[in-house]
Amino acid sequence: MIFSFDLLFQAIIYGLIVGSIYALISSGLTFILGVLKIINLAHGEFLMLAMYFAYYLFTGFKLDPFLSIFLVTPLLFFFGAFIFYLFIKPILKSPVINQVLLTIGISIFLQNLALYLFTPDFRTLDLSYSQKTISMGKLPIGVPQFIAFIVSISITLSFYWFLKSTDLGRSIRAAAQNREAAILFGINVDRIYLISFSIGAACLGVAGPLLATFHYVTPTVGLNFLMTAFVVVILGGMGNFLGAFFGGLIIGLTESIGAIFIPGPGSLSPIVTFIFLIVILLYKPEGLFGRRLR
Amino acid sequence: MRTWIESKASLFVLGIFAFLFLIPHMFTLSSYILHILIMIFYFSYLSSCWNLLGGIAGQHSMGHSAFVGLGAYTSTFLLLKVGLNPWIGMLLGGVVAALAGLFIGYLSFNYRLRGLYFLLITIAFAEILHILFSNIRSLGGASGLVVPLKEEGLINFQFSSKVPYYYIILAMLSFIILFSYLISRRRLGYYLVAIRENEEAARAVGIWVINYKLLATTISAFLSAFGGTFYAQYTYFIDPSTALGIGLSVEILIYPIVGGVGTVLGPFIGASVLYPLAELSRIILGAKTTGAHLMVYGAILIVIMMFAPRGVLGLFDDIFLMRGGRYR
Repeated sequence: MIFSFDLLFQAIIYGLIVGSIYALISSGLTFILGVLKIINLAHGEFLMLAMYFAYYLFTGFKLDPFLSIFLVTPLLFFFGAFIFYLFIKPILKSPVINQVLLTIGISIFLQNLALYLFTPDFRTLDLSYSQKTISMGKLPIGVPQFIAFIVSISITLSFYWFLKSTDLGRSIRAAAQNREAAILFGINVDRIYLISFSIGAACLGVAGPLLATFHYVTPTVGLNFLMTAFVVVILGGMGNFLGAFFGGLIIGLTESIGAIFIPGPGSLSPIVTFIFLIVILLYKPEGLFGRRLR
Repeated sequence: MRTWIESKASLFVLGIFAFLFLIPHMFTLSSYILHILIMIFYFSYLSSCWNLLGGIAGQHSMGHSAFVGLGAYTSTFLLLKVGLNPWIGMLLGGVVAALAGLFIGYLSFNYRLRGLYFLLITIAFAEILHILFSNIRSLGGASGLVVPLKEEGLINFQFSSKVPYYYIILAMLSFIILFSYLISRRRLGYYLVAIRENEEAARAVGIWVINYKLLATTISAFLSAFGGTFYAQYTYFIDPSTALGIGLSVEILIYPIVGGVGTVLGPFIGASVLYPLAELSRIILGAKTTGAHLMVYGAILIVIMMFAPRGVLGLFDDIFLMRGGRYR
């Protein structure tokens, strides 16, 4: 095995970049899980749609993906609201397994809608700055990756601020912690649920275009990100926003550093993530940063 | 949970199964129709195995492909390497899967994982196996294993016609349905239902919760593995993504919930309704466009979960007994 500190450093940088995107995607998932207690298995497909929006806005209207964020995010917000009203709201009180199956249904539908509309081809954006790099010390970092890192970190942190310091944010946290108590304090929980689900989807409206600048788009792209996002959410503690942020970075680092140490063509490296998941589930199911729930 | 159909219809069900056994005698079916029926029975079988743990005991596993895959790989690998008879391989596969189930169950239940947490840990275990098997060269890697051709006959579990496979899987299905029926009417079944409904209360009245959950997991895993061997012998080919992938786990879980989770006949009814519907939409839409038929499949799932949350059997209940559609 060829090992050098350059390689390790490269892995750390790459891990942080990917991790920041994971953090953003997982924030959306943990938002929905924490507030509505719904396991949204269609989260990956929402991300896939956001990536396709960014892709077609670029190929059709020459709109830069970093600018199309401002269009795709509201789009995903309203898409989230639409899905919530139509499908999620009626089954909020159903057994967990029914909710799981319903979101699987939505996921299957959206994935195949994409297959039907966009074909299974792998698509990549051909941006003028795709191959440009900036150097940090001796190491080159791709420009799209670098911007994606900055944007997703700042978005995730500003969400954290929003939850901590605004009235709406406080109401959301109240509804997540204790639904009945929140109702007693005059919080319109149904509205909070709607907003939370939509914000959860809107996170992907940011993550999708960012990801599309350096990651291929295909109808099944969501699945891998969904699995990773779940690991991040568990790691950070369900519904814990800051937990998802650090969890995302940790998983990003684990994957990229793990890839150096695991021999073979790299197809074995996702195994690290799943072992991580099992260990966390067994020893600290409330997450690294959470209080004990049970 | 007895539904209306089940309380009225044990004779009726017996009749249906007798009829199913006679079908290949009475009609000459095209091999396509036979294949559809075999697949319906196959998924009904696996879903019924899942239902022992997920339905009756209420521990929703989303990693049952691990047990199916272990069964398929054990028998096929031993057949390839040492020429072991697939029937013995089937039994050994069951033992391997049961041990895996015991291990997963022991870890999860000792650490008191349930609900969503149990669901996630079963996914994780199945995915680890999936990734491992895709990378182990002696197990064929990602391209899988091909079952070697032997002399045709019951002893070698290989037939040129589909009819023997039809009988074998129908017998397996009849067995699991009878088995579920017997369990649900006996002490073990009542214990498992008690655990599903309220674990603390079950513990309080003296049920050894962890042991009974482990028992359900082990039985379910052991029997699921048989399905894996059947599939390998039927298609002569297994690969990690079809035998161990999350897609299979999801499909196994869909049918019982669509049919009526925790009921004896639910998995069979779910598969009998959903599989042909999916196949029909594939015939109608699949030729023209990719993806269209699975869109229909997803839509059907959504509709069933929204309007018949207790599955098809529950729907019958509501229609015939005019009860409110509340899930118990």
